[in-house]
Amino acid sequence: MSGHHDAAPYAPVFVGETKARLEALATKYPTRQALLLPALWMVQEAHGWVSPEAVHEVATELGLTPAYVKGVLSFYTMYHQHPVGKYFIQVCTTSPCNICGAEDVMRALLEHTGCGELGATSPDGRFTVAEAECLGACGFATPLLINDDFIESVTPESVPALLARYA
Amino acid sequence: MGYPHPIHPKETPVLSTHFGDAEARSYAGWTARGGYAALKQALGMTPEQIVDEVKASGLRGRGGAGFPTGMKWSFMPKDDGKPHYLCCNADESEPGTFKDREILRWTPHALIEGCAIGCLAIRAETAYIFIRGEYTEAYRILQAAVDEAYAHGALGADVFGSGKRLDVIVHRGAGAYICGEETALMNAIEGKRGNPRIKPPFPAVAGLFGLPTTINNVETLAAVPAIITRGGAWYAGLSLSSPKSTGTKLISVCGHVQRPGVYEITMGLPMQELIFDLCGGMRPGRTLKAVIPGGSSVPIMTPDEVADCPTDYEGIAAKGSLLGSGGMIVMDDSTDMVYQIMRLARFYAHESCAQCTNCREGTSWTVKVLDRILRGEGKPSDLDLLMDLADQMTGKTICVLSDSCATPVVSGIRKFRHEFEAYLSGARTPALAGA
Repeated sequence: MSGHHDAAPYAPVFVGETKARLEALATKYPTRQALLLPALWMVQEAHGWVSPEAVHEVATELGLTPAYVKGVLSFYTMYHQHPVGKYFIQVCTTSPCNICGAEDVMRALLEHTGCGELGATSPDGRFTVAEAECLGACGFATPLLINDDFIESVTPESVPALLARYA
Repeated sequence: MGYPHPIHPKETPVLSTHFGDAEARSYAGWTARGGYAALKQALGMTPEQIVDEVKASGLRGRGGAGFPTGMKWSFMPKDDGKPHYLCCNADESEPGTFKDREILRWTPHALIEGCAIGCLAIRAETAYIFIRGEYTEAYRILQAAVDEAYAHGALGADVFGSGKRLDVIVHRGAGAYICGEETALMNAIEGKRGNPRIKPPFPAVAGLFGLPTTINNVETLAAVPAIITRGGAWYAGLSLSSPKSTGTKLISVCGHVQRPGVYEITMGLPMQELIFDLCGGMRPGRTLKAVIPGGSSVPIMTPDEVADCPTDYEGIAAKGSLLGSGGMIVMDDSTDMVYQIMRLARFYAHESCAQCTNCREGTSWTVKVLDRILRGEGKPSDLDLLMDLADQMTGKTICVLSDSCATPVVSGIRKFRHEFEAYLSGARTPALAGA
């Protein structure tokens, strides 16, 4: 293994209060494996993404193999397997929003964040923009998720003022 | 009510009465509006009595399949000595569908109460509510309501002093449409990839954690408290059309209508009235081109088919489509049907779990063929190829995601063939840049 020499040492997630939260949750399920999705959320909450080191930590906590954890992690699109910008923007472009101009909103986001293309992080590290498949708010086209903030009825014109709220 | 709009005179608010009323979210606010009376009543009923009342109501699953809820509950084993589970499907992900979100956001206690009564009916002590990861605000509101329900004894080891235990656990998904399929949903709760399971065994025999399980949609469970307090006969009497379609239905209407929103109608309301009266019709100068009435997985309807169609299970089925989830996508004459059908196919290709070959290959090839048609590089044989692909994707896989991808393609080619042919002949400028 190489390539991690200059990285900061990995800070474990499941200590103190987070470990207590995990164990409290353990009483609500008959298996420890069932804690996998909640545990990956806790990791992402703490670190912003799920690193290979975090995969090992989760595997150890839950008595699973790292390969198994990675298999599940890679199935669910909301977990980040790579670092992303400080604000991760998901814009819905599925048909109901698409016919209401969602692709124009997407282009405005790419332009005003400086990301340029989908999946890329802006040079200042603030934003990553991704297309999302149906966010389930079709009557409020176009909806976005900016990290955990659910925002409705975004238009290309409202994008600059919206982004200004995320410094 | 037609959230976010005021109640329309042609609506019948039962589930949606308190949409937009933030006070209804709290335990105190909910009980002040008559909440938890149904659970207290149900605690004094036998499981059979609860099931019979729901059978009498004619309530059918509101997630899409429309299976009679009371009958589904009656499939659960009795006296088997095993723990039973209730799963609530709050994974609402079918494009066009955004009705459950308003229940989760505005009346979370209606759902918690429905889960509790559902548990009593199927002899379960635990309900897991699986909510899609993208519903961040709804998740926070629902979790806060569950915490409050425990604090007031509506959930926990001794519900309202009855000696009965009822637990409700909110489990957050992480981005996967397929987890709305009931067996994939159970896998996601168990900490697995969301791959659908082969049936049989059916969930009532071996479901969550291998134990007898019932899965119900949010809207289905939220309808149960009113059925208990007002009676199954009252609910069954709410119908403007077929005796097989009873009660009220939330219809989430989106796309090119003037007032998109979540409308609660009595089953059987003419679709024409829903679109043109309640939703305000098309934008000025525009005409109706197509309606996908029940979420993106159902066949596309033409304006002629919409014109005399009652909005209920049988009425829409008679027109060759389905009520499905009640997620209605309305498209006006500005819509490029070929492009939007490609966009829907892309959705299914992205969301395929990829375990079945026909789905994994079929969805992605459907996108590739539609893509080349839109680039002006389609071949004359491409429409036959798409129909052949669709045939190979229908009824040949573990779940129906593959069928759902084929549906808009088939109905789109049948009903809007001239739009495809315009791209193929070069009469229409390519919508996508060449490769």
